[in-house]
Amino acid sequence: MDYKPVKTFNELAIKSLDDFVYGIAPYPVRAKNGMVIGGGTVYPEVNMTLPPMNIDESTMPEVRKQYAEMFEGILKRAKELYAPGVILEVELLPETTMVPKWGREIIKILLDKMKDYEAKYGLKSLVRCTPNDTREMLRPPLMRRGELLDNILLTFEKCAEDGADILSIESTGGKELHDEALVNCDIRKAIFALGVLGVRDMRFLWSNIVSIAQKTGAIPGGDTACGFANTALALAEQGMIPRIFAAVDRVATIPRSLAAFEMGAVGPDKDCGYEGPYMKAIAGVPISMEGKTAACAHLSAVGNIAACVCDMWSNESVQNVRLLSAYAPVAYTEQLIYDCRLMNEAAADGRNYALKVRDWLANSDSKLDPQAYVLRPDIVLEISRELVKEKDAFIATKKAAALAVEVIKRGVDKGEVNVAPREKKWLNIISSQIETIPDDEEKFWSEIQKEVDLTKWRPEEYDLKVTSA
Amino acid sequence: MASFEELSQAVFDGDEAQVVKLTKDLLSSGANPMEVINKGLIAGMDRVGVLFKNNEIFVPEVLMSAKAMNAGVEVVKESQQTFDMPSLGKIVLGTVKGDLHDIGKNLVGMMMESNGFTVYNLGVDIDPDKFIEAVKKYQPDIVAMSALLTTTMMNMKSTIDALAAAGLKDKVKVIIGGAPITQEFANEIGADGYAPDAASAVEVCKQLLN
Ligand code: B12
Repeated sequence: MDYKPVKTFNELAIKSLDDFVYGIAPYPVRAKNGMVIGGGTVYPEVNMTLPPMNIDESTMPEVRKQYAEMFEGILKRAKELYAPGVILEVELLPETTMVPKWGREIIKILLDKMKDYEAKYGLKSLVRCTPNDTREMLRPPLMRRGELLDNILLTFEKCAEDGADILSIESTGGKELHDEALVNCDIRKAIFALGVLGVRDMRFLWSNIVSIAQKTGAIPGGDTACGFANTALALAEQGMIPRIFAAVDRVATIPRSLAAFEMGAVGPDKDCGYEGPYMKAIAGVPISMEGKTAACAHLSAVGNIAACVCDMWSNESVQNVRLLSAYAPVAYTEQLIYDCRLMNEAAADGRNYALKVRDWLANSDSKLDPQAYVLRPDIVLEISRELVKEKDAFIATKKAAALAVEVIKRGVDKGEVNVAPREKKWLNIISSQIETIPDDEEKFWSEIQKEVDLTKWRPEEYDLKVTSA
Repeated sequence: MASFEELSQAVFDGDEAQVVKLTKDLLSSGANPMEVINKGLIAGMDRVGVLFKNNEIFVPEVLMSAKAMNAGVEVVKESQQTFDMPSLGKIVLGTVKGDLHDIGKNLVGMMMESNGFTVYNLGVDIDPDKFIEAVKKYQPDIVAMSALLTTTMMNMKSTIDALAAAGLKDKVKVIIGGAPITQEFANEIGADGYAPDAASAVEVCKQLLN
């Protein structure tokens, strides 16, 4: 079966650099309670997770208690600090996705508390429900059938029926191959994993999520390249792979993440997708981002620049442990709210001030790391403008990687971005790898099927047939 | 005659073809196979290990050298009918039940292998029974577990308890790692070792087996 995009993006939604600013998206998203994302205000999006513990029938009472405590703490702090609104993301864990009734219970606890806070204090809030992509619990994974997939979709449906506002997922189609590509710094395989496998799986999965959203009135938010480019980011941060490779890989994830919007998702895009600014530039959707406030979850080189065109500002995820001030999710709520206050205050004084803040956020990081450099607003627009000319997602992926190399090379030559001496040779290594990739997807598949380990994933789950003996 | 130094350099450069050629040259001119391995192949890999530990080179470069070294080892094996590659020890490695994080564990495995350990990588989402089965089957010196989720790290304890219940805990050393893991946690659950990254994981294994 062919999952045809319902939308295509042939031109940029953001036409000029002066329109590319935090808090405002070309196509804002309005929630049932009247909150508008991308309509002028940056909102905090708080994420939380359990402390060390097992999840099973016997520990579920404690699991519920932990979540209830975190939700209460976050909402209370948001109210005390006069947040104009707050989004809570529940990233369900594998167990609470595989048993949909558990995930549903957790979301229900949150929805009840949110109602309470709105009734009593007028605090507006939304919940983003993110089931875990448990398909890969089976190896090699079944992407388009089976109980694991059924339970992911059931979790979406039931939580949405109960009132979950935004639906998202960190999907993993193609990751089996991309992992191998990363540790070998093999951009050929990475491009195949993202531009062919990833795009195909996104189209399948998001056509399902969008139809659940339409049935239930929920907002189909968006996906993220977390399992791909954030793995690269984490590897680069540990010195395992060159930062240049992580930067090129990030840009190469654009067509894959965009596939959610081609299938009808509307944003807000997911926080950990650092490619978000490209989604906003091309599809015009509001985006959630995370940076220095996500240092609890992973270190990065994009702490400030990640905020520069965001519409929601997040902390990725923090576990419920006690700090000197309060429990960690409460402390992070406070940090996010203050960051948002500052951005909103500057914007209230006029667009020029918002643009100034945007540029400070961007320029304070962009010179120091190629991963930050490719997120600079003018560079996002420059690369996006080229990508929308490409109709085919695979060719766009290849082109994205090539453009990233080109832009970073130019940046190095102009002294705009710092690249460590031991990394420089990788620019040429990557670009000569890209040159070996044919422009024809079928041809690429027939070449690459001989190079990959077909015991790790099933081509038929991506509508591919093995042709070589 | 080719020298051990040249062979070690070829491993260092990740030049597989050159490694194969030099290994053959050395063997046919009568060099001792053990010396070819130790003074040539492993010596080159040791230099790579040092650079990697000091953050001077990247994983793909280590992998290229490891691949080149292995090609050399294969040449030695083919030339000697009864040759057994010396191993520093056997390690059973896996990510614990419920956890699918793969890459950190695989990097640890690669570093162990390239340092001369024999690694049985069981994969991800490995429940205690599977670890036990593997211990019985491979009789490793070390069981190495990885966990990245706070909600799966407790399965390390379940696995250690299950090893004890099966009477296997005294027969192996257990080491653990992954983002949420600390030395304190390792002590708490009765693991014998912990390491924060792949390079130090190798050091810990060497220490434990000394
Ligand atoms: C990449 C990633 C993913 C990828 C995994 C890709 C893969 N094939 O492994 C994907 C997208 C699939 C993923 C999924 C999930 N993830 Co994740 N993920 C990460 C991330 C960003 C990086 C992990 C990584 O690869 N690092 C790079 C490697 C090289 O580092 P490493 O794994 O730490 O390994 C090194 C050391 O720890 C050590 N080491 C590792 N193992 C061992 C073993 C031994 C014996 C020794 C000695 C040493 C050792 O050596 C390694 C090399 O130096 C982390 C963030 C983080 N802080 O770690 C989150 C993180 C671990 N994930 C998290 C979460 C919540 C999830 C999901 C539940 C998300 C969701 N709702 O879908 C799912 C769970 C899936 C599952 N069942 O396991 C949370 C965990 C929170 C918690 N509760 O504990 C984290 C911390 C991010 C966050 N805060 O939100 N994730």
